[in-house]
Amino acid sequence: MAHGPATLADGWRAYIARWVFTTNHKDIGTLYLWFSFAMFLLGGAFAMIIRAELFQPGMQLIRPEFFNQMTTMHGLVMVFGAIMPAFVGLANWMIPLMIGAPDMALPRMNNLSFWILPFAFAILTSTLFMEGGGPNFGWTFYAPLSTTYAPDSVNFFIFAIHIMGASSIMGSINIIATVMNMRAPGMTYMKMPLFVWTWVITAFLLVAVMPVLAGAVTMMLMDINFGTSFFDAAGGGDPVLFQHVFWFFGHPEVYIIILPAFGVVSQIIPTFSRKPLFGYSSMVYATAAIAFLSFVVWAHHMFTVGMPIAGELYFMYATMLIAVPTGVKVFNWITTMYKGSLTFETPMLFSIAFVILFTFGGFTGLMLSIAAADMQYHDTYFVVAHFHYVMVAGAVFSGTAAIYYWLPKWCGKMYNETMGQVQFWVAFIGFNIAFMPQHFLGLAGMPRRYADYGLQFADWNMVSSIGAFIYGGAQLMLLYNVIATIRNGKPTTEEKTWEGAEGLEWTVPSPAPYHTFAKPPEFK
Amino acid sequence: MSTESSYYVPEQSKLPIITATGMGLMAYGAASWVIGGGNMVFTAGLIIMALVMFKWWSIVIDENMRGLANDQLKRSYVLGMLWFIFSEVMFFAAFFGALFYLRVIVNSWLGGDAAIGIFDDTPTDAAVANNALLWPGYEADWPPMVTPDEAANGANATFIGPDEAMSFPGWSKMLGWLPLWNTVILVTSSVTVHIAHTGLKNNNRKQFVGWLGFTVLLGLIFLVLQAEEYIHAYQHMGLTLDSGIYGTTFFMLTGFHGAHVTLGTAMLAIAWFRSLKGHFSNEDQFGFEAASWYWHFVDVVWILLFFVVYVFD
Repeated sequence: MAHGPATLADGWRAYIARWVFTTNHKDIGTLYLWFSFAMFLLGGAFAMIIRAELFQPGMQLIRPEFFNQMTTMHGLVMVFGAIMPAFVGLANWMIPLMIGAPDMALPRMNNLSFWILPFAFAILTSTLFMEGGGPNFGWTFYAPLSTTYAPDSVNFFIFAIHIMGASSIMGSINIIATVMNMRAPGMTYMKMPLFVWTWVITAFLLVAVMPVLAGAVTMMLMDINFGTSFFDAAGGGDPVLFQHVFWFFGHPEVYIIILPAFGVVSQIIPTFSRKPLFGYSSMVYATAAIAFLSFVVWAHHMFTVGMPIAGELYFMYATMLIAVPTGVKVFNWITTMYKGSLTFETPMLFSIAFVILFTFGGFTGLMLSIAAADMQYHDTYFVVAHFHYVMVAGAVFSGTAAIYYWLPKWCGKMYNETMGQVQFWVAFIGFNIAFMPQHFLGLAGMPRRYADYGLQFADWNMVSSIGAFIYGGAQLMLLYNVIATIRNGKPTTEEKTWEGAEGLEWTVPSPAPYHTFAKPPEFK
Repeated sequence: MSTESSYYVPEQSKLPIITATGMGLMAYGAASWVIGGGNMVFTAGLIIMALVMFKWWSIVIDENMRGLANDQLKRSYVLGMLWFIFSEVMFFAAFFGALFYLRVIVNSWLGGDAAIGIFDDTPTDAAVANNALLWPGYEADWPPMVTPDEAANGANATFIGPDEAMSFPGWSKMLGWLPLWNTVILVTSSVTVHIAHTGLKNNNRKQFVGWLGFTVLLGLIFLVLQAEEYIHAYQHMGLTLDSGIYGTTFFMLTGFHGAHVTLGTAMLAIAWFRSLKGHFSNEDQFGFEAASWYWHFVDVVWILLFFVVYVFD
């Protein structure tokens, strides 16, 4: 393979072998990105079914049991199948390029981390066709709904979680080893691009909490099949224990999703502002502070569970503290733009939308962190709206920005700017039509995860569904734009695709050669 | 080998996809097995995993012998092992955390004496009602010999508490108490593996091979005693996985620890067989060192277990 990667011209066997047996970080990054996009469309299809059913009150299209499976699978597929692998794909592609490494530290394990995922998601998706249906207990799979009252397929779900956890842990160890051990001479920690910083902190979070998730599903497995009583009060256990263990994983998990997004935006905004990032070191410390705080706030997801008042107060104040480092980040992005020579190409549009909408989602998070107020908001559509503002307008928008930003570097072709901007506006408008009304629904008292609702909620639900369909359409446009760029995009060979871009990845030709930095570059 | 780079980046490899297939079959097979579908698929996955792991390690050892692994790659391996051990620490943290929560918080709620505050031990109304309405007659105690179910429903209960606990039996019976012997064995084995390590560092092969072999033996003895303890618990103490929260936490914590001892013993045994073939030297000892780090980790977990599961009851 010393002569470069096999293409279709070398015959289909060599071509398939290239992708299945590859140890190249760029190939593996590409695999991750395509896989996550496929999962994004699958999870999106589930969302479309949910919104179609909720278009009008009453049951029109599907049975309530199937609706429950759809909400569960939508969450699981989007979190574990779409967003996380998408950022791992970006990490694989960009971290070695950004720190001047020849490849990831452990290339074969890198390939293994990816190829576990198709098996895990094949198992998870196959549960939909099993007797009793797939997982129907929500993506947070609270016991005893997920133990005593779960369908048999829950066992497949448990083992699928186990192997995708193994995949995440291996992938994260690889990223940590790469960043700690593979930096080019001169690339000190405090000179690393912020995307690398956010990812290494994310990898640390993953190594710390994926085993806890494994512990949670193991306890479920034992309770269901082997007579233990972790989550059964009759034997001296407690269903609330499940929530503690789950959210000790789950809260860091949401930062695992958003921190790499912070990293992407921190690369893009300076480029199109033609100014260095404002407050680099404070960004690094803020990221670390957010990661640390994520371990000590988990029970703010459980304010209504009956905690003692001291617990409620502690988790409320600790949660509010997170607003401080997050605020530092938002101010730094805005200050980076201040007095910059701004241009508004597609990646920049998505990044600015990220800053605005993520901040909005952050503020609703602050509302939810007030324990007394949360008694009202808990498990309503307000929560659904809140986390879609941070997950979709946060993680997905920044992922989309990353695709437009680095696509010329990946394939040596330029996307069509008009098409990119059209896609942005459709996504932006569709997103807000879909999720803004859900705040109103939640404040008016509509509970989440129900297949039907009272007539007073009908209007905003219809608006929300229309927005969701528009937003879904925007993703098909993204797919079209990417394929059109790869097939017919205007070739570009310049190293520096964007005028204001800085960093080692912009010192190699476009498309980036199959092997880069065989000799480590000198970084000043 | 990649010609351009001093850092060894293997070209294509069939190992990962075979491993992933094995893992996929094991996951699917285990799930269908627990719902009564037979263990064929699981076994197939297990065999594939065993073979591919053997092959993978052989290849890595072979690469190392051929000098492909430079110092930088070895540092990657070291980092990989250390962070893997950290992930194992977090896995145990979940189960230790569950034990503390169940013992300290849940038990007093079920027994109706969860206090209002840290300085005021008046039971909360909720705790009192919880006990009186749901589990009348249950008294919070650790180890709980009666489950809440049993206290409230008598003979109709699903969960029946154990007849005897694993607790410290008192100084007079101490010498017949297996956990103490297991502690002695594991702590000793941590020392012996360190002696073997020192031997390797001083190029004393006899010391290295001998003490490493002895460590493996201690690991095996520990496992035999652990099995003996489990058999005794099931046959004579009425202590099983279904005997309420005590059986649950006891078997899950010691069981996962035992599984890790098994893995650690296997790693040390492989290192020992390699040492017999003349592998490892003063400069080149990662395979052995990784196994010994893992072994120390397993030892530390046991000491924690010994105190929170056995002694402080």
